[in-house]
Parts: sequence; C-alpha cells; structure tokens
Amino acid sequence: MTNSIEEITGCDTILVIGSNTTETHPVISYRIRQAVANGAALIVADPRNIDLVKIATVHLPLRPGTDVALINGLANVIISNGLMDSSFISDRTENYEKFKQTVEKYSPEYVAKITGVKVEDLIEAAKIYAREGKASILYTMGITQHTTGTDNVLSLANLAMLTGNIGRPSTGVNPLRGQNNVQGACDMGALPNVYTAYQQVGDKKVMDQLSTTWQVKLSNKPGLQATDMFQAVLDGSIKGMYIMGENPILSDPNSSHVIKALEKLDFLVAQDIFMNETSAYADVILPAAAYAERYGTYTNTERRVQLSYPAVKAPGEARPDWQIITELGKKLGFPWNYKSAEEVFAEIAAVTPSYGGLSYKRLQSNSLQWPCPSPEHEGTCYLHKDIFARGKGLFSAVEYKKPAEEPDETYPFILTTGRHLFHYHTGTMSRRSKGLSRHRPEEFVQVSPQDGIALGLQDEDMIEITSRRGQVQAKVRLTDKVAPGTVFMTFHYRETATNLLTNDVHDPVAGIPELKVCAVNIRKLAR
Amino acid sequence: MSKVNLTINGQKISVPAGTTILEAARQQGIDIPTLCYDPELPPNGACRICVVEVEKAKNLVASCVTPVIEGMVVYTESERVVSARKNVLSLMIANHPLECITCERTGNCKLQDYCYRYGISESEFVGEVKKLAPDDTNPFFIRDMNKCILCGICVGKCQEIVGAGAIDFINRGFDTIVAPPYRDPIENSSCVFCGMCVDSCPVGALIPKAGLGQGRPWEIEKIKTICPYCGTGCSVYLHVKNGKIIDASPDPDSPVNRGHLCTKGRFGWDYIQSEDRLTKPLLKKEGVFVEVEWDEALDFVAEKLSTIKENYSADAIAALSSAKASNEDNYLIQKMMRSIGTNNIDHCARL
Repeated sequence: MTNSIEEITGCDTILVIGSNTTETHPVISYRIRQAVANGAALIVADPRNIDLVKIATVHLPLRPGTDVALINGLANVIISNGLMDSSFISDRTENYEKFKQTVEKYSPEYVAKITGVKVEDLIEAAKIYAREGKASILYTMGITQHTTGTDNVLSLANLAMLTGNIGRPSTGVNPLRGQNNVQGACDMGALPNVYTAYQQVGDKKVMDQLSTTWQVKLSNKPGLQATDMFQAVLDGSIKGMYIMGENPILSDPNSSHVIKALEKLDFLVAQDIFMNETSAYADVILPAAAYAERYGTYTNTERRVQLSYPAVKAPGEARPDWQIITELGKKLGFPWNYKSAEEVFAEIAAVTPSYGGLSYKRLQSNSLQWPCPSPEHEGTCYLHKDIFARGKGLFSAVEYKKPAEEPDETYPFILTTGRHLFHYHTGTMSRRSKGLSRHRPEEFVQVSPQDGIALGLQDEDMIEITSRRGQVQAKVRLTDKVAPGTVFMTFHYRETATNLLTNDVHDPVAGIPELKVCAVNIRKLAR
Repeated sequence: MSKVNLTINGQKISVPAGTTILEAARQQGIDIPTLCYDPELPPNGACRICVVEVEKAKNLVASCVTPVIEGMVVYTESERVVSARKNVLSLMIANHPLECITCERTGNCKLQDYCYRYGISESEFVGEVKKLAPDDTNPFFIRDMNKCILCGICVGKCQEIVGAGAIDFINRGFDTIVAPPYRDPIENSSCVFCGMCVDSCPVGALIPKAGLGQGRPWEIEKIKTICPYCGTGCSVYLHVKNGKIIDASPDPDSPVNRGHLCTKGRFGWDYIQSEDRLTKPLLKKEGVFVEVEWDEALDFVAEKLSTIKENYSADAIAALSSAKASNEDNYLIQKMMRSIGTNNIDHCARL
C-alpha cells in the first residue's frame, strides 16, 4: 500500500475495485465501514454484488476483465468536466497529454457498452472520486489476476495522479495483499529478477556488494517466474525443484499442467508443515515449524514489519525454515553460521536499504513501516510525499484489451474465482481448523437466480463445470451476488479443484495468471 | 479547544470541553466501574454501575454519558454512590446464575470483580429468573443468555464495527434478550463469527468452545503472534497452558487491528496442533515415504542439488518460496538459490 490501513478512516472518498474486502480482508473492511460512518463516500467497482455494495454510494458492476475501459472512462469524465488537479499534474507528473489523448475515446457511452455499467453511475462515480478532499483506491486480485493486470494497476495510478490523490494521508493506490507475508517475501527478493528491496539482478554495483557480503559469485541472468517454471520442467530445462510452503497443484491455474511437470521432475524437495497435494510428488519432505513455534518477522500490506513470538514448541523434529536452510546451506558448502532468526534479520537489515534501520530490538517495542533506512528513522506511513521514486509520476497511455477467453456457444459463462470468509487459499490451514471446516465444509458455486431458473437448478443441486482445460463438480447456490452470465468459485477445496478449470495465460509483464476470467459451461447432474 | 476545570475526589483537574466525567476520571487514574461502556462505541448509559455524585445535582449521574462542566465537583466513591452500585449489582445478580465455580469467565468477569469490590455475595431481591436454553449450534462459541446483563456491547460491535448486524435486543422488560432475528440460532443468522462479541462480553454469556474447561485466566500465558492468514497483519495473542494453545484473543494495542479480528484470526489457529503435522524428515524409498534423520535427509538433498548443478547447470534448479513464511526464511532461501548460482526463485505472490 502507498498509504496505511488506519488512514482509511480519514478518507472522504474510497474507491474499492476488485476487492471483496469484507471476506478477504475483514479487519480492513471494518475501517472502510468506519470511514463511511464518518461520512465518506464509497464507490464499489466489482462484477459481484459484494457485501460492501450495501453501504456504497455507487456500485459499478462491470463485466469481468473490463477494468481498463472502466477506469479510462472515469478519467474521461474527470477531464471533460475539468475536475482534474492541474497543478499536481504540471508539478509532479509527465506524459499527461498522451494519456489524455488515449482516454478521449472512452466516453461514458462507449465505456457503458464495454463494461455494462450505466452511463449515469459512471459519471457519478467519477465526480465523487474527483471531488475536493482525500480519495483512496483499494484493490485486490480482482485488479491484478488478469492478462491486463499491469495495465489495470497503471490505470489506477493514472486516476490517482489525475486528481492529485497520492502522496498525502488517506489517499493513494493501495493493493490489499492476500497473504500474511507476501509483501515480505517480495521485499526479501524471493523473486526471479530482484534481490532484497527490489534491487535489480544485473545491476553491477548491487551484485558486487552482495557477492562480497555473501562470499559467492552471482548470476546476472534473471530467473524464471513461478508460472514459467513448470513449463521449463516440461521442456526439460529444469530438473530439480525446492518448494517451501506452497501447494501449486491447488493454487496455480491449469492444475493438470502442474501435475505433469511434477511427475517429470528428477528431484523434488517439499518443505512444509503438512503433507499436501504437491508434496506427494516429492523425493524428500522436510518438516517445518509453524509461525507460532518460532521467532520471525512478517511484513503486512501497509509495509509494516512485525515481530511474532514463539508460543509453543514445534511437534516432533520439525524445525524453523531458516534453520533447515542454514543446515542445507552449510552442506552445500556456503559459509553460513546463523544461530537465530535474529541473526538472519540483522543480515537482512544490512543488505536491504528500506529495512536498514530495523532490528529485533526495535521491533520488540514497536512495529515499523518501511522505508526505515536508519536506526533513528521512525518509518514511513505513506509513500510518494513531494516526490515519486522515479522523480515525476508517469502517466501511462493504456488501451482496453479483451480478456484472453470470452464466453461463446460451447462455454457461455464467465468463471471468476476468489476466496470466501471462512477459508483461505488452498485450505491447507483453514480446513484443518475444526470450527472453520465444520462451518463451511464444501464448495458452493455461485450462480445467478436467472441462470439457475434457465438451467432448472435449485440450491444444493450438483452441477458440473467444464472449461477448455478440465472439469469439476460441486453443489450450486443461487444468489444475486453474481450477475447473470457469471459464476463464482473459490479454490479452497481439493474435492473441487477449481484451478483445473482456470486459464494459465498470464500478464506479459507481471506474469500473473488470468484467474479472474475464463469461459466455462455448467450443467446439472442427476441427483 | 476550550478547557473545563473540575474537581474529582478532591483532585483539581482541567480537561477539554466535551469530555465525559468517566473519561476525565480515567485520565486521572480514578477507577469508576463500567459494564456497558466501550471506548469505541457511543456510550448508552444502560448499566448504571458508573454512577457518581455531583455536588448540587439532585440525582446521581451516569458518568459515561455526562459531560464535564466548569466548576463541577464529583465524588466517585461516596456513600450514596457505593450504596447505589450495590443496589445495581444486587439487581443484576438476582437474575444471574451464580455458577462462578465452573463458569469459564471466573477471574475475567467484570460482574464478579465488582461484586467482590462492593461485597455483594447474594442478591437482596428474589424474583423470576431466566431459564433459556444456551445456543451452541455453531462450532465457535456458546451463547448463554441466562448470564447476559444486557450491556449491549456485543450489539454495538456487531452493528457499528463489523456491520454484520446479526444480533439486537428483542422483547421488552424482563423478557429482553440479545438474539438474532426471530431468535434463530446464531448459525443461521448473518453472523460472520469474528468473535468480537465474545471478547468484549464483560460476563460469561459468550464463551469460546475451544478453551472450554481447559484453563483459568491466571493459568494462561498470552503470547503475541502475527496472524498467519491474510496480508492485514493483525496481532493475535495465543493463550497457552502447559505447552498447548487453548484459545486466542485480539491485541488491543496493535496499530493494525486495535482489538479487532475476523473469524480466521480468532478461531482458525488450531490447525497448528493438527494430528497431520509433519514431525520427521521423510525420504521416498522405492515409492514409499520413510522416516529418516535430519542429517540423512539434508545430505541427500545437498548431494542431489549438487549433482544436478554439475550435470546440467545451476539454472536446472528452481525454488518456490512462500508468502506464508517469515522474512528470515524467504531471505535465506533466495540467498541459497543465488549462492547455488541461479535466480530461479519465486513465490506465490501472483496467486
């Protein structure tokens, strides 16, 4: 997030786009609710009739995958009504003219045709977002899990810069990140093209420094993204994999493809707290300690680094991941000798400029938000104050592109996927929680009542969902949460492995798969 | 902001206009008892336990809803105040099962604490008592409305903070209870099972099932952890007794969640103690996983990785790290891969 969670309560306007916040980030939804109670206007842009719609000023129920058109449409209305922040644009940004030209053709009428959103709602939303005061954008995977994920995010950045809603408290472009330490994993350089704090692989100065500290020779060739790794296994270029705390069979799109790759691997190590669908294919399984059994730091969606303490002992011989890797590193001949998580963290602070001022000692009394470059620095609540990282904010001229797969005669429905409140990701954790699993033991495919009537469906009927890649079966729930023509499923249940259906095409820049749109057919099964 | 001068128990103080007597007293470290007051909800003056005596005022006033005025002289433990509080407590326990011996909230119950403070062991009043069947239809907590003192905090949290609106006061007078619409079981309501009603209940009307019979508040150590689910990063206390987690509660001082949680953070921690946990390294031998010692397992991994690097190249090895693992784990696994000589390291940020 450019800004902080608590700042949400001070917003005058909140645009929630592609985030079912109430179910995926419940505590953040409490802050949105508080802001609305304080008088903030809420705009919800989501294909589904999600819970936040109940307290929204405007709902923009766009067709899945038409986000760029919608956002360009909002920009078009703002510019044609003269509601942009001209001094912010001239002082702090560049490439505005090109952007302006691009959005010219996205008139409300044109956008309404693409997105299915009503002209008057689009105009109202644009006027509310651009009004005086502090407006914040909150988004989740509904924006990013598209072949146009990068374009979607760039468009949101355009919108914020156009109205000067960035670099101040209670504004910004705020991704609500999905996993407890996804921010931290990225910050730590668990990415193929960057080291810690997003220092580029290939940057000579950075590589020289790290080579010296780490006492190794580094490769300047960027690595493969997760989504390409399995293809590389099938192509024969990757022979061995080490998977720590992940379950790609259930979490990645087009599961059959992942399974083929795992079968083909010469060697697979799985390091986890449980056996899962993926570790069944492993040659070695290493038992890890869970978060509550060890010290560790986690970085949340607002860049806040927090220290977590050990509450209980790990079962049997399970060990903290850092300890397992340290032992393995020694056996691989690296000069490693970490005795505690704290020691590892001290090295992180030394090689990660944005974490430079952090230490276990400081984190014991207070959590801190990066950038925190020195021990005296008090952390950073919001980014881009006075200046952007690159200097001037760059407007991007982004055109709407259709999703990779659109409904047709054979596959007439759009499947969009996500999470619900009571489970989490592939269910490895939440489905082993007795209460959560008893409360929501199985998948229900959300289908609109209109489609349900047309197909002769009743609640709890078993249906078969088929895409070009696979088929699964599950019970149906008829609900006006989804629009006619759209169905919604989670990927929490191994019995209903939704990612057998999803499309593994991905965004060309970010590599994120298009999990939010694929074409499917549904059919009622005999009882 | 203009300041108001007043005297509480002989102490002269000055507070911003609009401050309530309760807030002013608490700022001075003066403990006025409260049952229905919650700092993040609008005060409702329902329980009357917070009454205080104000000079020149005819009646005792509820300190939680009375703003200070210039020159006010307040007594928080005068004879009249104490007598009124005793009456309030006596009325409350006239219709409250005194099952403190087995009640889960013993030692962490405000009603019990105040009865102890004012020496109330039984009620002066004899009358009808509620006999309602507890609602334990859901897997997370029990609702025993016989113990409810109608403070309304749970209703406030559910409506104002969470927005679930699952419960409200129904019926009138003696028959008033807090319940979901039509007195349905909570399982069938719009409840999202965040547990915030449970953690803010001042008495034993709402009890989490996980910790039932497992330990008393004074036997429990509370350890601060960061919730393992979404990216919000809520701070959660795990309640540990004899090396076992028996319950959890939100951290009221966290700048992230300030005492709030959702159902997964509040009730979803028990997977850690699942029977399915891996406890020993496993090596696949002739298609079957066999338990081995750590050294054997890690020697084997090191040897295999080295062989692949020798026979092909470092780029023939790839690792997936985890958005569930800590910074330290993620740092070390990327350092390991880069030390092997490849940048084939990624994790599920995109999923």
